[in-house]
Amino acid sequence: MRDKNLRQRVLIGLIVGAAILLAICVGGLFCAEAAKTSDFTRKNLPPCLTYPFGTDWLGRDMLARTLRGISLSILLGIFAAAVSACIALLLGIAAATLGRTADAVITFVIDLLLGIPHILLLILISVALGKGFAGVAWGVALTHWPSLARLIRAEVMQLKESPYIQIARKLGKTNWYVARKHMLPHLLPQFLTGLVLLFPHAILHEASVTFLGFGLSSEQPAIGIILSESMKYLVTGKWWLALFPGAALVMVVVLFYAAGENVRKLTDPASVHE
Amino acid sequence: MKLELNQVSYQYKKENKKILENFSLSMGDTERVGLIAPSGYGKTTLCKLIAGYLTPDSGEILLDGRRVSSYKGYCPIQMIWQQPELAVNPRLRMREVILEGDEVEPRILEALGIEKAWMDRFPTELSGGELQRFCLARALGKRTRFLLADEISTMLDLITQSQIWNFLLKEVKQRQIGVIAVSHNQALLEKVCTRQVRLDYAIK
Amino acid sequence: MRKENQADIVNTSEEGPILKIEHLNISFRQYESGTHQTQLDVIRDLDVEVRAGEMVAVVGSSGSGKSLLAHAVLGILPYNAVQGGRIFYRGSELTRERIERLRGNEIVMVPQSLSYLDPLVKIGKQIKRGRKDKKTADKLRGIFKRYDLNEEVEELYPFELSGGMNRRILISTALIEEPRLVIADEPTPGLDLRVAKRAMGHFRELADMGAGVLVITHDLELALETADRVVVFYAGCTIEEAYRSDFEKEENLRHPYTKALWRALPQHGFQFIEGTQPYVKEMPEGCPFSPRCDMCTPQCKGEVPYREMRKGRVRCLYAK
Repeated sequence: MRDKNLRQRVLIGLIVGAAILLAICVGGLFCAEAAKTSDFTRKNLPPCLTYPFGTDWLGRDMLARTLRGISLSILLGIFAAAVSACIALLLGIAAATLGRTADAVITFVIDLLLGIPHILLLILISVALGKGFAGVAWGVALTHWPSLARLIRAEVMQLKESPYIQIARKLGKTNWYVARKHMLPHLLPQFLTGLVLLFPHAILHEASVTFLGFGLSSEQPAIGIILSESMKYLVTGKWWLALFPGAALVMVVVLFYAAGENVRKLTDPASVHE
Repeated sequence: MKLELNQVSYQYKKENKKILENFSLSMGDTERVGLIAPSGYGKTTLCKLIAGYLTPDSGEILLDGRRVSSYKGYCPIQMIWQQPELAVNPRLRMREVILEGDEVEPRILEALGIEKAWMDRFPTELSGGELQRFCLARALGKRTRFLLADEISTMLDLITQSQIWNFLLKEVKQRQIGVIAVSHNQALLEKVCTRQVRLDYAIK
Repeated sequence: MRKENQADIVNTSEEGPILKIEHLNISFRQYESGTHQTQLDVIRDLDVEVRAGEMVAVVGSSGSGKSLLAHAVLGILPYNAVQGGRIFYRGSELTRERIERLRGNEIVMVPQSLSYLDPLVKIGKQIKRGRKDKKTADKLRGIFKRYDLNEEVEELYPFELSGGMNRRILISTALIEEPRLVIADEPTPGLDLRVAKRAMGHFRELADMGAGVLVITHDLELALETADRVVVFYAGCTIEEAYRSDFEKEENLRHPYTKALWRALPQHGFQFIEGTQPYVKEMPEGCPFSPRCDMCTPQCKGEVPYREMRKGRVRCLYAK
């Protein structure tokens, strides 16, 4: 890795990361049944060769449950982050281009949302929408866009003043042309970095809301559910119930975070030619 | 065609100082007018007003009797900026930069010494002088009637300055394009302009 | 403020130059397309000498990379730059540790942009950099007097002053340290001739007080107003070193490019030669000016030394 340049390292990192995530998702698909099957003959087994993550008090395979839970989280994260990033892009551009009133309203909403703790608002939205997958997904999606929206708004504001855009207008170019040729190429890197960095947030918040009982329902093997249920058994020494799912969650979050950081590094002028 | 400025005044919102007050000028499309004033006397602001980047607080700027600000689409008055590096999008190839102009003739590119190989480059891969040639070509589209040159050769070497201005003089004479030139270089203005206007007298 | 020990300096003879740059080259690592990286040789061969009490101007067109010269001397090149050649300061090599010690007191740079002034700090405090002793205060008063600045200015913020005054403040910031070497990178951007001339005059005074002054500019006419010597920078190389008086007559100049520059002045005919400075990636072999030169022969494709000539220097085989 030492002799590779930044872009090559990032590329390799992204491929490896994507492969791991894909493997988890595919694994999760196949484990749907195994994650639910209970078998009292293999209750409370510590990690062994057959069950590397052990089994729980109902004899369910923890590896299958973890894979299933993580893939559920990734799915939800992708959905929530994508929706969030799109909201950010639209509102950011709208604030910067639709005049002073629109800007004032959107900026006010951004400030308002940033002022309320994420988790509180998330719980409110989730409960209002009847909890479950939809509740959490919308909750996360609707709470995570403000900081990115603010970034995009500032970027567009600055772009609007740049001489080359002013010149393009005097050359008779349409708004659509200016947006497509001049603004998008500048916003895309920002947008992508923001999108990737939203994943870990979305996943963590999903897990915590679920852990607190305001998210996914308890039949679903979500990471939050697994962790909150395992709390009861931790005191009796069944460490594996919490350790492996928790570690898996942290790993996925770190993976996404590293990917986002790398994408940022590629577009940051301070490191773009490393 | 005739370009007229009637009693134009302008001041920036935040500052209380008037940049321009009741400035008038009338010029035809065979004229080349040099603007002289010390820095801080609003030469660039005046260019931006005439080219329609800014609107005057009072007074009017007319092109053949029609307000410049009423032109939608291509503006017949084009301005060339002092720093070509800021006037082109760093993420567009030069081919696309030229396409932004109004059907710029290949003849112009050739006369400006723009080489074919430059068209595939990004702005960061060209020197200031080369970029300024592109900006010039882009502003010399079919419908351009007046050209504002705001210190266009200040940051260039003397040979490039001479190349650019010699080309420009030939081109505007041939196409009857009027020119307003801003430069701190008195000798240059004397060489390229038909008359000169002092801006600091216009402000009391 | 810490001055260098005499022991640090190998050669302290008064005759020797304060700054001597030999065969400086700077290249940049950059991505070409995808994951492929290349080296861009922005400066290929640069030689300059500055003596005490002398003002030297390096003149080259904008975007030619001449600002990197200042950054190289001060050791503040960006992370993807590689530097070669040698820089000597007062007779011994200017290493990284040494420049870090000298930067800001013995060697100062006057930056191009007024944005280097801190908008939130009062002028006086900014120039004195927090020192409150009487000596510094007296010195500041002297500097202000010289530059026609009122004492009240000390209590003002940068935004309360005009551009020209702020420019004098920038120079004062450099002066408070009694520098031996002043480097000014494009000190007169967008200033009208009168103000630009005055700014150059300030640097001239610095040289007259005994410092070595290196001005980097694109404006040959302005450089000729005040500098003792002019070094012409073309396509990454220094191609001629001439005295100011050499520019009075075309015959006194050495390099065909400098002669072409002279003829391109509006007052000297406003003539031009065809072509442009070659792009870094398409540098011709040997002499960089050869594609535009009417004296060019096959020998010009080989190595062209930077040689002494009539007290100046020239990088041309056929200069007379």
